[in-house]
Amino acid sequence: MNLKNSSGFSSYIFRWLASLDLVLLVALALLIALGTMILFSASGENMNMMNKHTIHLILATIVMLVATQLSSDLLRRWSFWIYIFGVAVLVLVLVQGTMGKGAQRWLEIGSLRFQPSEVMKLAVPMMVASYLSKKSLPPSFKDVFVACMLVLVPMLLIVKQPDLGTSLLVGCAGFFVIYFAGLPWKWLGATIAALAIAAPLVFYFGMHDYQRQRVLTLFDPAADRLGSGYHIIQSTIAIGSGGFYGKGWLNGDQSRLDFLPERHTDFIFAVFGEEFGLLGNAILFVLYLFIIWRGLYLAMKGHDTFARLLGGSLSLTFFIYLLVNTGMVSGILPVVGVPLPLISYGGTSLVTLMAAFGLLMGLRRRKRGYDQNT
Amino acid sequence: MEKRVTVKSEREEYRLFRSRAYVAALIVLIALSLVFARLVFLQMNQFEHFTALSKENYQKRIPIPPVRGLIYDRNGVVLADNHIEYVLEAAEDDVKDMPETLSRLMQLLPISLQEVNKYKQKLRVNSRFLPVVLRKNLTEKEIAIFSANRSRFPGFRVSVRVQRNYPLGSLASHLIGYVGRIDKRDLKNFNESEKINYNGTTHIGKSGIEKQYESRLHGQAGYELTEVDAHGKPQLKLDEKAPITGEDLFLSIDIELQIKAEQILAEHNGAAVAIDPRNGEVLAMASMPTYDPNLFVNGISYANYNALRDNIDNPLYNRALQGSYPPGSTIKPMAAISGLNSGVVTPTSSVYGKGYYQIPGNKRKFRCWKKVGHSHISLNRAIYQSCDVYFYDLAFRMGIKRYSKAMARFGFGLRTGIDLPHESKALMPTAEWKRKRFDKFWYPGDTVNSGIGQGFFTATPLQLAHATAIMANRGRQYRPHVLRATRVSRNLPKKLVTPEKLPSVGVTKLRYWDDVVRGMINVVHGEHGTARASAAGAKYRYAGKTGTAQVFGIAQNKEYDASKLKKKLHDHSLFVAFAPIENPRIALAIIAENAGGGSKVAAPLARQLLDTYLLTPQQKEELMASDDSSKSDSSPSLMNINKLREAVETKRRLKTQALINNSNNNSNNGTKSKTIIRPVQ
Repeated sequence: MNLKNSSGFSSYIFRWLASLDLVLLVALALLIALGTMILFSASGENMNMMNKHTIHLILATIVMLVATQLSSDLLRRWSFWIYIFGVAVLVLVLVQGTMGKGAQRWLEIGSLRFQPSEVMKLAVPMMVASYLSKKSLPPSFKDVFVACMLVLVPMLLIVKQPDLGTSLLVGCAGFFVIYFAGLPWKWLGATIAALAIAAPLVFYFGMHDYQRQRVLTLFDPAADRLGSGYHIIQSTIAIGSGGFYGKGWLNGDQSRLDFLPERHTDFIFAVFGEEFGLLGNAILFVLYLFIIWRGLYLAMKGHDTFARLLGGSLSLTFFIYLLVNTGMVSGILPVVGVPLPLISYGGTSLVTLMAAFGLLMGLRRRKRGYDQNT
Repeated sequence: MEKRVTVKSEREEYRLFRSRAYVAALIVLIALSLVFARLVFLQMNQFEHFTALSKENYQKRIPIPPVRGLIYDRNGVVLADNHIEYVLEAAEDDVKDMPETLSRLMQLLPISLQEVNKYKQKLRVNSRFLPVVLRKNLTEKEIAIFSANRSRFPGFRVSVRVQRNYPLGSLASHLIGYVGRIDKRDLKNFNESEKINYNGTTHIGKSGIEKQYESRLHGQAGYELTEVDAHGKPQLKLDEKAPITGEDLFLSIDIELQIKAEQILAEHNGAAVAIDPRNGEVLAMASMPTYDPNLFVNGISYANYNALRDNIDNPLYNRALQGSYPPGSTIKPMAAISGLNSGVVTPTSSVYGKGYYQIPGNKRKFRCWKKVGHSHISLNRAIYQSCDVYFYDLAFRMGIKRYSKAMARFGFGLRTGIDLPHESKALMPTAEWKRKRFDKFWYPGDTVNSGIGQGFFTATPLQLAHATAIMANRGRQYRPHVLRATRVSRNLPKKLVTPEKLPSVGVTKLRYWDDVVRGMINVVHGEHGTARASAAGAKYRYAGKTGTAQVFGIAQNKEYDASKLKKKLHDHSLFVAFAPIENPRIALAIIAENAGGGSKVAAPLARQLLDTYLLTPQQKEELMASDDSSKSDSSPSLMNINKLREAVETKRRLKTQALINNSNNNSNNGTKSKTIIRPVQ
């Protein structure tokens, strides 16, 4: 390329643009456009909320663009400190929470509120990837054990908040790194078997009442029609009544008339299904599937093992978001507070996710700048 | 076990990752496909189910109750209508600052603190979107004041409520009946379609015509389909169906005759029924004393109800339909026909009346009212002089089986099947009945007593009137009915009800009718007729029969005071008649309880009824002029119905007011006297 030798700012901008994955970018833009549309409807055409959403989008885009510039070397070097910082803050929040009352997920620094558990969604896979990439793969038993510990500590801290949804996502993010590192299938099988046995025990002894209720509700939503079953009943009605073509944008009766709770956050998928129908859902799912696969593809193209492990984990975590949210809203998974990625209203989740995609795009490079082609 | 390779191989690790990524991509595809399959299930297979659920969520069907049909007499005088009431109401959600608005409203309108407290209480109970009534019965002035200031009270509004009203008050109350609030028992009796139709209705017919023709009077409910949000707040109207007003009913009752009947019975307890023999239309059906049906519409108070229930004169009881009285001698014409038909007597055969009757081989004497006896007596005289011995003998010779069966042809012991609820069939006794009821044999003496309408034999005033109508018709009979015509809409013509012809009462010789009717004519017009005095100066010829029924064995409440108890043992005074003889247009039965002899009391009263129905307005005026002693109300015309009604009302009120010793909500009385009776075309 003839611009390659031109020096100065313009060449820097060009290289920077070239480092972006345009295919993924277009897919993300389409998804966000679709999401903004449905959020407008779900918010009850609330301009105030849309303005905030726009600010979130701008912020998330900036964070993403910055993240693209972080090379895998840099990330690997930072991962340990970010992880330690994250765990420290989680402990701090927990202590603060014990002294206060009830759930404490937020850390307030001046007027800025931020959710430390959200950072762990990135910090944990980075830490585990950084640890395992130094080892020879597939990992030994000891390596897997240490990696598991690295995952479990923040998981438990987050569960204590209590925030089961985020904890599961953090756990998944860490686990996926181990999986991509080459966790032997036998061990994977054994773990799944162990989980299957442990599940009832966790259900009876390890869960809060409200969490247990959510699981029970899944099997019989009608048992608690006005309580925890209400969400599932109303969301399945919304989706089901959408039919093949949907009721049309801004025409979802369930959402418009306030029957659907949490309709602009965790249950926004029901609004989508109601207004755009099965056809819209098919488009949405294809878009999501494409983004996940593209993420896995980008991970494969990663510069080194660390980059690949982190990229694979981030892509699959994104998938878990989608699976848990749509599964919950359509009534086949228990109600867990997981948003529909990139669509549900909420700045923190949006920024974290876009940061993750930024990282994914930057994984191909070793250092900042133009040496990615080696 | 192979020794682990400790040297990191970038290439191997890339391959490992790649294979894991492929597996992951596959798992992602499968997992998302499973969720998508769920979506297909929800949005394709279950689409209709969830659409229905969604509609159930947001579509609220608000029923619009129909306006109840009106009830008129045969000439179009309104007997039951719907009273329009203006109320001030507001839903909690529509008013911003309720306490402040209420206090300002109290300054504007004479709203009491009680009303405000009641309103606040109702607000707490009801949905915040449902309008609640603050003040009922707004006057025109109050409406005007509020309307001028309505902008200061956003949320509050004046709306119309409809309430059943009986403008004539207690008049014909047993017959018309009343509506009351729908209660649990009514709800239980509803079928599925009725449940939907009555969704918005608050009242239902509880007795009389209101109950009998409930389905016609009620109409078809409409609805308004509204979109509501999750909190029940209406958003917009989706669909609407106007209700269909209930049918108007035109009764066969002639209100003028009805008023007269109640008026003449006001001094006694009793009943009078008049039937048009040509078609079975009931012209009047009075049962005295009566009650004010308006008391029942919005739930009668305990005090009022107890006063009515505990009244020894039992005003709630419809004597005309449910009262089982010993008919006494009034059944002698029918007994005579039965005897002639069976051949035990002939028009000329005679019996020796020696003042009493003895069954062959029995010492017991059955006395005739005339102690000296009627000596040799034949059918004609036996009727007009009401000889008991003749009919003792007749019944005895027929035997109870044949006698009962023959009398049943005239409707005794059977329900007439009139279009009114709770009709009694009274009793035409048989040997079987007695065995079942008392586990006792039927004695010949029982048969003998039945021959003069005593003993176990009882009849309702309606049955007597019906049997008299059959006499008047020479055997032809129509089922008595009260509904004469219906009208679906005010713009459509009335639809007449076709009278139901019943199988005629047959006779072996047609002249028997004339033979018996001649006796009945002689009762009133004959030189020695028992009711000759009451027929003096009649402008038409009529036939009748007196009756004086002994009261015995009726269990009376022993707590009544002595004077009342004594009165209760006096004879019932009865009279049946039809007129005019040539072409009978009216057949009637009248019974005045414990009033004495039939010729002395019931017969003159019956004459007044016949005059009322048969005389032309001019004749009535002449009568009024010639008879100054009787007041203007002895000759009513449609013009002064109001006056008459008030007279009856006053009499009734004086009687019942003494018993109802509470001064609460009798505000109806004031408005009632202002009601105008308006005939409609």
